[in-house]
Amino acid sequence: MPDDLDCAVMIEREQVLHVAKLARLRLSDEEVERMVGELSGILEHVDRIGKLDLEGVEPTSHVVELKNVLRADEPRPSLPRDVALASAPEPQEGAFRVPSPQAE
Amino acid sequence: MPELEAVIGLEIHVQLATKTKMFCGCELSFGDEPNVHTCPICLAHPGVLPVPNEQAIRHALQIGLALGCEIAPWSIFHRKNYFYPDSPKAYQISQYDIPIASNGKLGDIRIHRAHLEEDAAKTIHAGGSGRIHGSDASLVDFNRGGTPLVEIVTEPDLRGGAEAAEWARLLRETVRQLGVSDVNMEEGSLRVDGNVSVRPAGSSELGTKTELKNMNSFRFLQRGIEAELARQRELIESGGQVVQETLHFDPTSGTLTSLRSKEEAHDYRYFPEPDLVPLAPTEEMLREAREALPELPAVRIERYEGLGLAPEVALKLASDPRTAGYFESTVEAADGIEPRVLANWVTGELAAALRQAEVEGGAADSRVSPPALVALIGMVQEKKISHGSGKTVLAAMVTEGGDPAGIVEREGLAQMSDSGELEAIVEKAIADNPAAVEKIREGNGKAIGAIVGAVMKETKGRADGGEVNRIIREKL
Amino acid sequence: MTDIVDLTVLEAHDAKMAGDLSPREHSEAWFEAAAADEINAYLWRNDRAAEAAAIEVEQDWNAPIAVKDIFATEGVPTTAASRILEGYRPPYTATAVRKLIEAGLPILGKTNMDEFAMGSSNENSAYGPVLNPWDRTRVPGGSSGGSAAAVAAGLAPWAIGTDTGGSIRQPAAFCGIVGLKPTYGAISRYGMIAFASSLDQCGPLTRTVSDAALLLAMLQGRDACDSTSVGIDGGISLPDREDLSGLRFGVPAELASDSVDAGVRAVFERTLEKIEGLGGEIAEVSLPSAEHGISAYYVIAPAEASSNLARYDGVRYGMRAGGDGDLIEMYETTRSEGFGTEVKRRIMLGTYALSSGYYEAYYGQAQKVRTRIAGDFSSAFSAVDFVVTPTAPSVAFELGEKTDDPLAMYMNDFFTVPMSLAGIPAISIPAGLAEPEGGGPQLPVGFQIAAPAFAEQKLLDAAFALEQGIGFDDGKVAIPYKSWVENA
Repeated sequence: MPDDLDCAVMIEREQVLHVAKLARLRLSDEEVERMVGELSGILEHVDRIGKLDLEGVEPTSHVVELKNVLRADEPRPSLPRDVALASAPEPQEGAFRVPSPQAE
Repeated sequence: MPELEAVIGLEIHVQLATKTKMFCGCELSFGDEPNVHTCPICLAHPGVLPVPNEQAIRHALQIGLALGCEIAPWSIFHRKNYFYPDSPKAYQISQYDIPIASNGKLGDIRIHRAHLEEDAAKTIHAGGSGRIHGSDASLVDFNRGGTPLVEIVTEPDLRGGAEAAEWARLLRETVRQLGVSDVNMEEGSLRVDGNVSVRPAGSSELGTKTELKNMNSFRFLQRGIEAELARQRELIESGGQVVQETLHFDPTSGTLTSLRSKEEAHDYRYFPEPDLVPLAPTEEMLREAREALPELPAVRIERYEGLGLAPEVALKLASDPRTAGYFESTVEAADGIEPRVLANWVTGELAAALRQAEVEGGAADSRVSPPALVALIGMVQEKKISHGSGKTVLAAMVTEGGDPAGIVEREGLAQMSDSGELEAIVEKAIADNPAAVEKIREGNGKAIGAIVGAVMKETKGRADGGEVNRIIREKL
Repeated sequence: MTDIVDLTVLEAHDAKMAGDLSPREHSEAWFEAAAADEINAYLWRNDRAAEAAAIEVEQDWNAPIAVKDIFATEGVPTTAASRILEGYRPPYTATAVRKLIEAGLPILGKTNMDEFAMGSSNENSAYGPVLNPWDRTRVPGGSSGGSAAAVAAGLAPWAIGTDTGGSIRQPAAFCGIVGLKPTYGAISRYGMIAFASSLDQCGPLTRTVSDAALLLAMLQGRDACDSTSVGIDGGISLPDREDLSGLRFGVPAELASDSVDAGVRAVFERTLEKIEGLGGEIAEVSLPSAEHGISAYYVIAPAEASSNLARYDGVRYGMRAGGDGDLIEMYETTRSEGFGTEVKRRIMLGTYALSSGYYEAYYGQAQKVRTRIAGDFSSAFSAVDFVVTPTAPSVAFELGEKTDDPLAMYMNDFFTVPMSLAGIPAISIPAGLAEPEGGGPQLPVGFQIAAPAFAEQKLLDAAFALEQGIGFDDGKVAIPYKSWVENA
């Protein structure tokens, strides 16, 4: 781990675990360790933009200068069901089978 | 302990009645086989992109205008990120801090915002299939996924379950008359959630609120809110604290159950949707949306009350624009008859007659033309025929149309105007009913009904009931 | 007698028009050449069997093309070089590819890439790295490494790739070919597996600037399926500029970084002289925020990616693992086994940047830096016609050299990322050869030219003139494909 790190930027182990949960990723202990270091390094670099004076600058939310790009409310052919289910890992009764969430 | 007042806000989801989904050209589904209305876009295949449905935007503008909202000159879509099988992209395209409409009012309740989003798919619970564990499974049907929705959020201005239900009915009627949605709670094209809290009366701070989800009728909405208010009041009065949670109300048992969430509140990580460009409703779009607005219930009710109609009657008419239109035609045709009277006949006698004759449709579809009804009412008012005869004539008009004068003549229903003839009949009735006369003389005023009845029978209803009464009393 | 595969697409086109070459001969030569893939450039090759029916053309009168495996091709495997899409065959075809098929281009195959376009070396593929044809111990660059290497090695006459932060330009530079990232919105993104939606763009990888123009002309255009697409007003014609007189080329002071290899710097300086020799003017410009491009990019791109990749959840297509457990277990197992290390790293970074409490500090701030960078370019373009930089800080590095240091790997994009953030077009053309820092045989060096939004025609014209100039003035032409190097 770089030793010129500003402690406030370092991402903690608990944060890594929390973020992994949000992203539905399961990390091994070794991966978590590594992530803590790698993400800290990247964040430390990225954090430079936090020090910039960007008062009054509008964030770019859209790159192209377009508005109101809409579609007429006209039906287009849907996929035949067998095609829609063709890639399904577990098709069942014309639907996509998934495990239920853990019982509450 | 200071008195606690209820503070209630509603979150309503309206499914729009467009032909196609919000972001793809799949048709909307009505109870079809699963997954027959899907495409790479609403199945969120790799590489697909959304394109917004123009009609959905127009409908949203109409809803916003109907709710008296300010339409945002510039609004954008956001991604609301969360994992669930009914959310194929693992994000819902919605609107976050810049919704298409905000700051409106309907009736007495302020509207915080209205925005566009897409509906989730449907998960059906499936039985186990012999798996070892995790045998609980769901089947996902993406037909509904992507249906356009408008979410309407009120300010917490409601103060009770009854008020909330009534206001929800007004909202439903308003949206229904726009023609943008079926707004059917049982079918799911209208979904209402309530945010309920209490606070000391007079306070301006908000208490902790709970969320009541998915009550599928107005009655259940009212009962659910009332049950939750009672629970919160009791909790606070016994020294407890309300915890923020989501609740389900079971109308059969009247109980509230907490939908315990598996984890902490979702972190939706909202950010502007980069695949969609901003919406900037043009002058033309706004004008067209405004022009497409019918006279909305709330406005109509006010107008009718101004004409002297009782609130229930005004509400009834406002909920039925075609009948309301019929009523207004009678007002135009009438001369010297109060609108109140016309309205009562339209919603009362005429409606009953139509029901009796099992006629399909309402007044506007019936054979009774507004001028004919007005003429009939006039004849009753001028005592040319009795009220009872009037109803008889109306029944005839319902079946054959025509104008009342002709029917009266034909049936010989003209009110008995010869008081001499009437007096003679009254005297005969008195003579024929000594028992009733005895009772009247003993002070039982109600017994007069028997004599009146006899007179009416004799006159075939042509006598004026009030006049008959007067003569009888005179004689006794 | 020149080998058919020695001809550029334009030359082959001219030969076909003149009746000296039949389209069938041309196609067959290329399908045969593509089969000799020893560098792992292709993940799937079209052996013209029935399974490729969806992408077969009725009359292949145009040059066959290699397609990065990030583009959906109906019925044909599309993996984005990830385990999580192993075996996946899309039910539809990307617009860009559909346009090529309709223009009569047979598809040679789907090329290897960094998984989900995340990488600068093509070492992040779940199906093995691509080897640089100039030196097989080195990387071809990434993420469009397969496409670039295929063109450089004579396995395809041209290819399409995608560029998010430099993923066309940098591999083009490392492989000694031409790579163009058009203006954001010039080409439809429908069917391009999304990495960072506000940055991704499809673009050509070719031997010459003229070929790039031919391909761009076919690809560009507004698409009803992509509401962020605009196309290029006026279309694209073949470039024909003779020199660079009257044109001003700006060199940004802030991007003159110390970490540019000496060899790369030498070629860059020489190219500047070449520009002057052709009548162009060199000027210094200032892009004050450009040095923060990497920081902004490595917030925005992972953030959007974390959202775009959330759909890979084992529910509707692709890999599923852990399905015997409950829902969360299925999600976690599928995604943990299906995604590679770099992808997971970026998903983590992106999720963190968007998470509650951090949005403003990271994503919000990065989007402001982006506005600044776009503004910097606008100002620069009021004084100059183009902005020029080396495409990459080094020549192709060795396999495994940077895999342990993510940040060092990200620095490959230092010169390319600002243009992506600003949404402006930029091209990399081969400008010469240089020795790597540690010594060894010379490797290609790319020269990057950036232009204002939708100025692709001007850009291609200038690049063409420069390309011709380099070709004539310098004996050591950095052209790919073995016979060209011999002829140089």
